[in-house]
Amino acid sequence: MSATRVAVLRFPGTLDHESAARAVAGVGGEPVFTHHEDTALPGETGAVLVPGGFSYGDHLRPGALASRTPIMGAVRAHAAAGGKVLGICNGFQILCEAGLLPGVLRPNASLSFICRQADLEVADAGTPWTGGRDEGEVLSMPFKHHDGAWFGDPGSTRVVLRYRGENPNGSMDRIAGIANLAGNVMGLMPHPEEAQDPLLGSVDGRVLFAALIS
Amino acid sequence: MTLVVVTVMPKKGVLDPQGQAVQGALLHLGFGDVSDVRVGKRIEMEIAGHDPAAQATRMCEDLLANNLIEDYAVEVPG
Repeated sequence: MSATRVAVLRFPGTLDHESAARAVAGVGGEPVFTHHEDTALPGETGAVLVPGGFSYGDHLRPGALASRTPIMGAVRAHAAAGGKVLGICNGFQILCEAGLLPGVLRPNASLSFICRQADLEVADAGTPWTGGRDEGEVLSMPFKHHDGAWFGDPGSTRVVLRYRGENPNGSMDRIAGIANLAGNVMGLMPHPEEAQDPLLGSVDGRVLFAALIS
Repeated sequence: MTLVVVTVMPKKGVLDPQGQAVQGALLHLGFGDVSDVRVGKRIEMEIAGHDPAAQATRMCEDLLANNLIEDYAVEVPG
């Protein structure tokens, strides 16, 4: 069986595509960098990854300009057909701005850029994204963002991951990651691609990449 | 060409940490009478063609404002 091809989107200002592609390859997927002005995903794309960074310099609102680029039409069609889409950090912001996930990411309540390791609780074990982990199990990943406070109607989404303990950024209901009601589109502010190697303290991010290509 | 001014503001009731931070600084500087500071955006543009205000309103709906958290106003100063 050939490896699942994963379109890794690149916008002007995307930063985390290399580590995200490495994480895709690490679980046996085939990452293919995909340009924002393309109107179609690469042939035989099985899943889409929207990596982090500062697309378009975060101008207007984080993710707003990237979400209106030509490639997003193809991503929307992929998602509508049930294909998996994972957005990380700025990728999460882009998916919300594109309407593929509900809500919006607002500036951290502290107005500070926060960069640290976080414990995330599995809040909904019923989505594919946490690979059989039980509700309440903890995944450790770093996060690094200025605009990570999710705001929206929690009833319009499935809350997959919550920050454990103190709310680090003012996110509604300590939300760290959500999926759409169908479960095939997931976004999170923490960085699973930076939790892939024991040398960096955690391999808990692998579960999301395994889910992406399954 | 017509000058159109779009104002985008955080919705009433949506936490505006930027406005709160600015208000805190103003109070610290001794402007004790200030309250309810909110920070938004002003977007100026020249629009050609028919009904610039309607065009700007469509731009707000499509891109310039996120209606979950922001209100907008379109003005043609003339």
